[in-house]
Amino acid sequence: MSERYNQGIRIEGLTKRYGAGDTAVDALKGVDMQVAPGEVVGLIGPSGSGKSTLLKCLGAVIEPSAGRMTLGEQIIYEDAWKIPDLRALRRDKIGFVFQAPYLIPFLDVTDNVALLPMLAGRPNAESRKRALELLEALDVGHRARAMPSQLSGGEQQRVAIARALVNRPPVILADEPTAPLDSERALTVIHLLEDMARQFSTAIIVVTHDEKIIPTFKRIYTIRDGRTHEEAGEGR
Amino acid sequence: MISLAGRDILHSWGKFVFTGVGLGLLIGVTLTMAGVYRGMVDDAKALLDNSGADLWVVQQDTLGPYAESSSLYDDTYRGILGMKGVARAANITYLNMQVRRTGGEGQQHEQKDVRAMVVGIVPGGPGEPGQPGYLVAGRQITRGHYEAVADIATGFKLGERIRIRRNEYRVVGLTRRMVSSGGDPMVFVPLKDAQEAQFLKDNDAIVRQRARTAENPALNRPGVPGVLDAVLASQSVNPFVNAVLVRIKPGFDPEAVAEPIRRWQRLTVFTRAQMEEILIAKLIATSARQIGMFLVILAIVSAAIVAFIIYTLTLGKIREIAVLKLIGTKNRTIAGMILQQAVGLGLIGFVVGKVAATFWAPFFPKYVLLEAGDAARGFAAVMVICVLASVLAIRAALKVDPAEAIGG
Repeated sequence: MSERYNQGIRIEGLTKRYGAGDTAVDALKGVDMQVAPGEVVGLIGPSGSGKSTLLKCLGAVIEPSAGRMTLGEQIIYEDAWKIPDLRALRRDKIGFVFQAPYLIPFLDVTDNVALLPMLAGRPNAESRKRALELLEALDVGHRARAMPSQLSGGEQQRVAIARALVNRPPVILADEPTAPLDSERALTVIHLLEDMARQFSTAIIVVTHDEKIIPTFKRIYTIRDGRTHEEAGEGR
Repeated sequence: MISLAGRDILHSWGKFVFTGVGLGLLIGVTLTMAGVYRGMVDDAKALLDNSGADLWVVQQDTLGPYAESSSLYDDTYRGILGMKGVARAANITYLNMQVRRTGGEGQQHEQKDVRAMVVGIVPGGPGEPGQPGYLVAGRQITRGHYEAVADIATGFKLGERIRIRRNEYRVVGLTRRMVSSGGDPMVFVPLKDAQEAQFLKDNDAIVRQRARTAENPALNRPGVPGVLDAVLASQSVNPFVNAVLVRIKPGFDPEAVAEPIRRWQRLTVFTRAQMEEILIAKLIATSARQIGMFLVILAIVSAAIVAFIIYTLTLGKIREIAVLKLIGTKNRTIAGMILQQAVGLGLIGFVVGKVAATFWAPFFPKYVLLEAGDAARGFAAVMVICVLASVLAIRAALKVDPAEAIGG
C-alpha cells in the first residue's frame, strides 16, 4: 500500500447487511477500495449491484455492518465502532455532487456555496469570499448573485461542484453528476472535477452509468453483487 | 449564519403574504369577537355610569331593573329622599321596544323602525339621576310630555318626530354613548309618558276591560254610585316605575345608606359594585360564554390552518431538507428554520388581523372595544399556536433521511 493512498479514502472489507435472519440481504460483501488525493475514479455497476449503498456508506449517511473506513489517517468506521459525529464529518470532510444539483432554491448562488462554511461556524464574510473564489475558478463567478432558478443546467452543476469543494474536503462523492447533461457538457463536468481534484488534492469518486464519461477514468471500480473489482481505465 | 427561514420567506414572499393575510383575517375575527365581549362589558358599565346613580332601589327580591323586571310605586322615592345620606332620588322606567321615525320638520322623512331602550325620566336639568349626562345637540327634556332626547346611534335627528306606542314625540336633544346593557341606543322621554307607554292597551282592550269591571257585582254595586268610576279611573293610570335611582351625599358610604332603605322601606337596594356584578356576571354571562366558545373554536381553527400550511410548506422542501441534512446541517438549525417560518406567518397574520379588526370594528352595529391588553394576549396566543402548530412539520422534517438526497 503506497503512502499516497494513506492520505485519501480507503475502505477494507466493508459489509452492509439489511434485515436479519432469513430475510437478511447483504448489499455489500467485503468491499475494498482506495482513492488517493487528487485522483478521480469511476464506480460503475448495474442497478441493484450495491452502488448506492456503497456511496451512502462512503458518505457516512448509513453505517456499515462491518469493515473499516479511513479518511486520511482518521478512522471513520472499524467494525462496530464509528466516529461520534458523522454529521460534522459530512460537513467538513466530504463533499457531495448529486445527479441533480439540488441547490437550495431560496439562497442565491453565493450563499448556496457559502452555506457549508457558515454551518461550520465560519464568519459570513469569509465564507462568501471563499465561495466567490470557487465560483470564479469554476467560471460561474458572474452569476454569483443569481438565484438557482435563473441558471442553466450546466451552471447549476458547476455551483453544486463549488458547494462540494468549499470546505476543502479530502473526498468528494459524485452521484451520477452528468446524467442530465449532453456529451459535451458531461465531459466538461468530468474535466472540471479532474481539475479540481488536482488543484485541491481531493479524492473524487464518481458513480456513473454514463458510457460517455467512463473512458475518462484512469481507474474504475466495478461493483457487482456487492463486491468490487478494480480495473484500469482508458483515461490519461 | 444566514437566516434560512428569512431567505425562504423572502424568496416565496407572495405565498407567505397571501397565506398570512388569510390567517390574519381569521385572527381579525378572533380579535373582533374579543372586542364584542369587551364592548358588551363596556356598554354595561356605560349604562351604570350614565344613570348617574350611586344606588338602585328596586322591587324587593328582584335583580331589577336591568336583569329582571321590577315594579315600585312611583311615590316610593319620597320616602327614600328622607333617608339619611340621600342627596337625590328619581323615578325611572326602562322599556325595550321598536321606536318608529314618522317625520321631520318641513320635510318628508322615510319611516324607520329602530330597536331602542325607552327610558322614562323626570324632566329636569342635568344632574338628576337618570338624565343623559351630556348632550351633543339640542336641549334636555323640559316639558312633561311628548319630548324626547335620543342617542345618536338611533339615527334620529333634531326636530324629527318619533312614535312610541300611540303618541308622537319630537326629538329635542341628542346624546351619545347612552346604551342598554344589550347595546340598544336609548331614547329618553318624560316619565309620565313612559309609564303610560309601559301599560298602554289598545282601545278594544280598554272597552272590554271596562265592560268586565262593570259586570263585576263587587265593583258595581247597586245603590253605591261612584265606586265603578273610581275603579275604572284607577285602571287607566299606571302608578308604577321600575326603579328609583339614588345619589348619595358626599362622604357617605353607599352600603351604609343602602342598608336602612333595605330594612325600613322593605326594598332591594344595589350599590354600583353589586349592579356591575349583576350586569356582567349574570346578564351577559351567557353571551360571554358563547363568545368564549367562538374564541376557542377560532383558536383551534387558526392552529389547524397554521399547522397545515407549515406542514405543507415543509413537505414541499423535503429534498432540500435532505440535502441540508446530508451536508451536515444540524437538526436544530432545520427545526429553527421551520419554527421561524411558523412564527413569521403568525406575525404577518397578527398584523393583518389587528389592522383588519381596527378597520371593520366601527362598522359593527354594536360597540366593539378593541383593548391593547386583548391585542397583547392575542399576540401571545398566536405565537404559542404557531409554535405548537410547527411541531408536526418539525417532526416530519427531522424524520427526513439524508440518504434521500442520494439516488438509489
